[in-house]
Amino acid sequence: MLLAVSVSAAAETVHVAVASNFTGALRLLAQSFEKSGAHQVRISAASTGKLYAQIRHGAPYDLFLAADRARPERLEQEGLAVAGSRFTYALGRLVFWAPGREFEGAANVLLARPDVRRIAIANPRTAPYGLAARQTLEAIGLWQRLQGRLVRGENIGQTFQFIASGAAQMGFVALAQLPEESPRPGYRWLVQPEFYRPIRQQAVLLRRGADNAAAAAFLAYLRSGEARRLIAGQGYGLEDDE
Amino acid sequence: MTEDISALWVTLRLALVSTSILLLLGMPLAWWLVRTGSRLRTVVESLVALPLVLPPTVLGFYLLIALGPDGIIGGLTDHGLAFSFTGLVIGSVLYSLPFVVQPLQNAFSAVSPLILEAAGTLRASALDRFFSIVLPLSRPGLITAATLGFAHTVGEFGVVLMIGGNIPGKTQVLSIAIYDHVEALEYGRAHWLSGGLLLFSFLILFLVYRQNGRRE
Amino acid sequence: MSSIDFRFELERGNFRLETGAVLPGFGVTALFGASGSGKTSLLRCIAGLERARGRLEVNGECWQDSENRLFVPPHRRALGYVFQEAALFPHLRVKANLEYGRRRTPAGARKGSLDHCCDILGIGGLLQRYPHQLSGGERQRVALGRALLNSPRLLLMDEPMAALDRPRKAEILPYLERLHEEADIPVLYVTHDLEELARIADQLALIENGRILKQGPLAEMLASLDLPIARDEDAGAVIETQVIRHDDEYHLTHLGFCGGEILVGRIQRAMGERLKIRIHARDVSLALQPPGETSILNVVKAVVTEMADQGPGRIMVRLDAGGTPLLARITRKSQSRLGLKTGMPVYAQIKSVALSI
Repeated sequence: MLLAVSVSAAAETVHVAVASNFTGALRLLAQSFEKSGAHQVRISAASTGKLYAQIRHGAPYDLFLAADRARPERLEQEGLAVAGSRFTYALGRLVFWAPGREFEGAANVLLARPDVRRIAIANPRTAPYGLAARQTLEAIGLWQRLQGRLVRGENIGQTFQFIASGAAQMGFVALAQLPEESPRPGYRWLVQPEFYRPIRQQAVLLRRGADNAAAAAFLAYLRSGEARRLIAGQGYGLEDDE
Repeated sequence: MTEDISALWVTLRLALVSTSILLLLGMPLAWWLVRTGSRLRTVVESLVALPLVLPPTVLGFYLLIALGPDGIIGGLTDHGLAFSFTGLVIGSVLYSLPFVVQPLQNAFSAVSPLILEAAGTLRASALDRFFSIVLPLSRPGLITAATLGFAHTVGEFGVVLMIGGNIPGKTQVLSIAIYDHVEALEYGRAHWLSGGLLLFSFLILFLVYRQNGRRE
Repeated sequence: MSSIDFRFELERGNFRLETGAVLPGFGVTALFGASGSGKTSLLRCIAGLERARGRLEVNGECWQDSENRLFVPPHRRALGYVFQEAALFPHLRVKANLEYGRRRTPAGARKGSLDHCCDILGIGGLLQRYPHQLSGGERQRVALGRALLNSPRLLLMDEPMAALDRPRKAEILPYLERLHEEADIPVLYVTHDLEELARIADQLALIENGRILKQGPLAEMLASLDLPIARDEDAGAVIETQVIRHDDEYHLTHLGFCGGEILVGRIQRAMGERLKIRIHARDVSLALQPPGETSILNVVKAVVTEMADQGPGRIMVRLDAGGTPLLARITRKSQSRLGLKTGMPVYAQIKSVALSI
């Protein structure tokens, strides 16, 4: 009892800004983190670009879980993040998905079929999964050929919606969006990591959270074995070297 | 930069086409709403006003489904209307409808029935009365409706984001291009476009209000 | 053939119009009644602005026949309609207002010209103005001109002077009186003003509670003691006269009618010209003997034809002066002092005469 009281006296809240695609996974992580300690996690989700802009203009976040490496890196350079705190917490995995399609064969054959009118990808300019999709299409030699049929979602969430609604027949989404426990029917191809540069989703401790005990604790937790198992279970890859 | 210009062009084209359709559709609709005694009136009025209260993403989501190849609208065509310019026009028209119908309704209901009866006794048929009396007397309302419809389409983001698919030269409009620039950290270009859009919108509103103010 | 023949049934809330009549298809017929009696509704039914059940035939042309599902819409009826308020088109200049109906009239059916219309209505100087730049009287004159230039087969006027003050009315009345001469079409004129109708109308139809009570020639109707108008403060007879002599010495004009002669102040009218005069019942007193020394110039021999008690203490006497009806309002005391009975010859002294000039 005494211990519990002393711990809760030191309890703090960490405010995490998270890229949309990782929101589901972060909720699970936060649940298990809050159970084991006394600290609280508050989550704000948006696209990486928006969160970056918000942080630059003084948004009250302690920790930033981005969908890429570029923006945490920039925050570090700009002195808005604690130097050396940046690390890759997950590797995004790209999957090609054509719901409701029975097709025996390789994805590039399916993609090239003339009756396929609309293929959804995330915007390569703004979304890491979009860039990966582009690299994949380039690798299999279809990027130029498919230009007229590509529709671009602003982020990977919207891209998923394009396909799920039937407006686009197929496209590239994040593996995390197609959970194993509730399989959606259709053709899927888990794109080999060789086809695209790794989607390094990096976390960084923001200056505002530098002295926040909860932020430090949560960062440490993210690197723990338990957290890594959870992340992998959500359809993400992990960097081996850590 | 060429992409920005083509976004500007798509936006203007979309706004012009949508505004024309909005007026063609809105005028008879508003006239009917003003004159009818039908019980359907309230239903139709509520439907028209729906986009005022619905978040654009909700409307966009239903439109995405409706315009898709198997949707109730898209199903009528060979390959659906999502991600096409036509689809954008449909979305913009639906979304801006209340902004056009309501000023028209206000203007039409201000036209005295007595004056219309007088025109009726002077050999003017119903259609003739609408064009020779109702429209000229509703000019300020008509201008307001057209401007709001136009400006609202230019400024539209949520619905276009949902059903456009961001295809340069086809469905990528200005607001989306700005959003892309912000997301891609190209703040300079975003500033240019945003500033231009701001100035453009202000100019249009200013001209309309000045015109309406003069007539009073 | 030359008639306005109708029968209408119309219900609007508490109000019910159920009436029919055959009105003359020429001249000015006044529809007279209290407000709420249904005058305006009847006029609107005839115009087709109100869709009643029934039948309507105007000078041989059928405009409505509910049984045969015939309903000619207002814009195909070739009407002239003048509303209480002018109802001019605010966005059009006077000229465009005047020409609105004319431009929509087939060239072959056009009657009258813009210039002539401007002349008789005195609106030639207003053509470039907008309605909001006109006075009430000017507006009403333009409205009348607009209706006439529509080359109507029937002119309907709904209390066109109700919204005007006295001087404005005086400004318009002469134009309305000339309607007979100008328009060879039937005119239905709604009013609840006795003065107005006495000056303008040839025929009178009385309306009460959505029904036409009685109709007939103006002089006869105005002299009917059994009609509500006889009870009006302004009740009186209308007499058709003719200018027979000008007396320059005394500055008088002699007007002749069936029952004798009436003297009025010198007027600028040609010999032989027809003139309608009005003699209020309150301005007529009765005597059994020819009055001797009196300042009253006009004394007419007549016979008492009818008397009606209009209580308290008031009697309305109807006289016949050589075939022309006259009304006199006297006290009950005078009646018993003179021992008045129908058929009795009397001398009617006329204190004043209202002229329509």
